[in-house]
Amino acid sequence: MSKPRFVYVTYIETTPEKLWDALTSSEFTKQYWFGAEVRSDWKIGSPFALMLDGETTDSGAILESDPPRRLSYSFKHQKFEELRGEPISRVVFTLEPFGSLVRLTVLHDGFVEGGKYLGAVSNGWPAILSGLKSLLETGKVLAIPRVALNKGFDAK
Amino acid sequence: MNLDQFKPLTVYTIYIASTPEKVWQALTSAELSRKYFSGFAVEMEQKLGGTFIVRAPDGALHISGEVFEYDPPKKLTVTWNVNWPDLVEKLGTTLVTYEIEPAGEAVRLTMSERHDRPLSDDILSGGRTGWPAILSGLKSLLETGKAPQIKMAPPAEMLAALKAMGIRTP
Repeated sequence: MSKPRFVYVTYIETTPEKLWDALTSSEFTKQYWFGAEVRSDWKIGSPFALMLDGETTDSGAILESDPPRRLSYSFKHQKFEELRGEPISRVVFTLEPFGSLVRLTVLHDGFVEGGKYLGAVSNGWPAILSGLKSLLETGKVLAIPRVALNKGFDAK
Repeated sequence: MNLDQFKPLTVYTIYIASTPEKVWQALTSAELSRKYFSGFAVEMEQKLGGTFIVRAPDGALHISGEVFEYDPPKKLTVTWNVNWPDLVEKLGTTLVTYEIEPAGEAVRLTMSERHDRPLSDDILSGGRTGWPAILSGLKSLLETGKAPQIKMAPPAEMLAALKAMGIRTP
């Protein structure tokens, strides 16, 4: 049986370079990642952090960095008590030119069977990546309430 | 058909800056679907029990089914049977459900592809490749007014798995 993991594919009318910037710039992520900022120098082995309202919600280290093709980092949740016990997971972004588009594949794996974290990220990624696609294609951010991130996952 | 036997084996969620009514229309209109679904036309009778057809760009019947749950603009379930010889007999019926919910000023669209038996990842790779392309195109069309052409081909691993089960493919 395959290990629990989340995979999401989306096609975006942009260039791999612009998409890479959108994934690695704090100013950019703040717009579509529900206010969260990515922080790293994106060198292999460097620390990675996701900050929301001045607080680190997730942290890890850069595992792969091959701009503008492939980026991966380890990802450990810090904010919610009930998710802190989950193992360190991994996020992998693959950017492939596809005609006039870019195919973006997000793989998030390293979850335990029956854990809560997979449910949380399965709700979060579609909202974040839908916002990213809208921002790159229309210049506008999707007005999705932050609660969408927690749909199906009781984070209170 | 016993619905309880059908389990979602592929689920795809996407948020769209639009209204539930416009998303419903885009999912069920031939004119709009041709733009975001590689030239394929969705022809649906807007009623419970109505026919549901997807026609290939050359006019051939690609998918034939019926409207199984009909609650516009919130929920639609159709039988999504690909018209390849022996496919339905060997893989069973496929059900596709669209759930459309307001999410702030956007719409959350969730597509669930359900089957009444376990199927391999290779068999499911067709849908898992197709849905992101189709629904990315639908989102772009509704948000920008134009849909990118995303040319799709059936994945090699799916064709090989179908062949191994004795299902002939075009």
